[in-house]
Amino acid sequence: MRYPKNGKFGDFGGSYIPETLVPAVQELEENYLKFKNDKKFKMELDYFLKEYAGRPTPLYFAKNLTEKIGGAKIFLKREDLLHGGAHKINNTLGQALLAKKMNKKRIIAETGAGQHGVATAMACAALGLQAEVYMGYKDTIRQKLNVFRMNMLGAKVHPVRSGSKTLKDAINEAIRDWITNVENTYYLLGSAVGPHPYPIMVRDFQSVIGREIKSQMKKLQNKNPDCVIACVGGGSNAIGTFYPLVDTNTEIIGVEAAGKGLKSGFHSATLSAGKKGVLHGMMTYLLQDKEGQITETHSISAGLDYPGVGPEHSYLKDNKRVSYRSATDSEVIDAFLLLTRTEGIIPALESAHAIAEAIKVARRNKKSDSVVVTLSGRGDKDVEEVQNYLEKNVKN
Amino acid sequence: MSRIKKKFSELDTKNEKALIAYIMAGYPNERATLSAVKGLIKGGADIIELGFPFSDPLADGPVIQNASTISLKKGTKITKFFELVKKIRSFSDIPLVLMTYTNILFNQGYSKFISDATRAGIDGFILPDMSVEDSEEYLNAAKGKTDTIFLVSPNTEKDRVKKIINSTSGFLYLVAVYGTTGVKTEIKNYTLKAIKNIKNHTKGTIPVGVGFGVSKPSDVKKYISVGADAVIVGSAFLKIIEKTPPNQIEKKIASFTKSLKKQTLVN
Repeated sequence: MRYPKNGKFGDFGGSYIPETLVPAVQELEENYLKFKNDKKFKMELDYFLKEYAGRPTPLYFAKNLTEKIGGAKIFLKREDLLHGGAHKINNTLGQALLAKKMNKKRIIAETGAGQHGVATAMACAALGLQAEVYMGYKDTIRQKLNVFRMNMLGAKVHPVRSGSKTLKDAINEAIRDWITNVENTYYLLGSAVGPHPYPIMVRDFQSVIGREIKSQMKKLQNKNPDCVIACVGGGSNAIGTFYPLVDTNTEIIGVEAAGKGLKSGFHSATLSAGKKGVLHGMMTYLLQDKEGQITETHSISAGLDYPGVGPEHSYLKDNKRVSYRSATDSEVIDAFLLLTRTEGIIPALESAHAIAEAIKVARRNKKSDSVVVTLSGRGDKDVEEVQNYLEKNVKN
Repeated sequence: MSRIKKKFSELDTKNEKALIAYIMAGYPNERATLSAVKGLIKGGADIIELGFPFSDPLADGPVIQNASTISLKKGTKITKFFELVKKIRSFSDIPLVLMTYTNILFNQGYSKFISDATRAGIDGFILPDMSVEDSEEYLNAAKGKTDTIFLVSPNTEKDRVKKIINSTSGFLYLVAVYGTTGVKTEIKNYTLKAIKNIKNHTKGTIPVGVGFGVSKPSDVKKYISVGADAVIVGSAFLKIIEKTPPNQIEKKIASFTKSLKKQTLVN
């Protein structure tokens, strides 16, 4: 669905927001529609994506990993090589540039592990904007280094002590700030979630990933990939990967965090185990209890630790265009170590979920087939987490 | 005629405006809620809004957020809440409005939830994250059963105000300030303008209640003086409940309610 009316993907999406935000969301939609096809805006964004962020990113044939698995050819879309170390910068540059065009001087954002917060701080520094970032108190402790990084980049970090003190509460608090300062503030949301037009806008800014995959595969293999795989938390790198390929014959797989297992209660596999509901301005699948209260999530990768998911993913699940699967913490660690050792590439734990699924798919498929995995971020940030895991769970 | 509508027409004949009081159900426990309700009735509140807690109350400020968290921790559940409503109904006919978030209703199914709630004695609903665009199923489920109270904001544009009025019954909830609930601030000029503006739109077809940040008798007086048909006070009551020993809650709430209610008598 290119631009569904009122942001409705079937039943999903929409705009479930306090009335005070309605004019702000409408203003955002008007400006987004105006600038997304504006030649000058596109040129400026392309300039920053290329010269500042480092696009296009390579599509790397993982020869060693492919040989080790002995099945289909595995290609890695190297978003981990972008400035900041993750795909997040594609979206923050786009939205920060839009905010600038809208004459909004004050930017607010939420962040979970800190990747989107850092990418926001970078884009704002580059474009001369002031950023304030809401981050769950628990996450500010777990990801202290990212708090320092944001501070150094000139952003102000607000620890959020309400609710479960994690990403979902950081989003609540950012929305509360936006309600209070609606007239001068731009909310730079980090994933393909939230009220219309965010899910569509973030998808569009991230779709550069899928477009590049298409043209690079054309050059390498002279066809579309047989399969693409990406990890899904809120789902921005995934929807950016999938969207340009939805109308092709490519098999599409999204991978959620199964944590300690889908039956354990400790996971963040919203599409695999969730139920339809309304949170953060959208109707989508949610992890919730029988009374409709949102439940806490678990994942070894902080970036997938979210009880909701972008509404377009809910739609693509229900119409069966995309197959959503999950990987457990243990499978993810195995994939992380395997890629690190065979290719010398340390993936983010989020991206390692996609690698775990790619290994299974490649093993089953013909050698002539191709599997493209979006490597959404680099794993330097996760080395300590992996070490802790390995010490607790003797592996090797 | 709905209890809410009846209440407003009664007040009209007495030349009074309405005092609407909000408290969070189950905060800090059910007994305190019942004591507070009794105090509100004694003090002269005209309508009571009962909050049902949600894990992610994104329109609420710190006071109601904290009350939600504690209420949930103490085990507030939907069936228990409806039992509480029935208990209140056993001794009072005061209009009761349920304020919560969309997901609580959606999760049970709008029809089922609304049927259960109205059977228990709920007269209307306020869902701060329900927008008119996405409200069709909710409105269909509510039709003829309960009042649907929508919110308007000082920055809501003209055509939208009309749309909101058309979907609203009971009373229209005007958000006084840009912000969340319970944030104390001086009275803003834009709020006074908004009250007059919204009154021009409603033309007396539906009462207009002003809420968010309304906390003291002088606020009530000012908003009534520029044309509000009702004022809504919430966080201020929760603050009293928070710091008052259980056996004093009824009395303390009653006397504060009285001081607010006094300001709604027009003459």
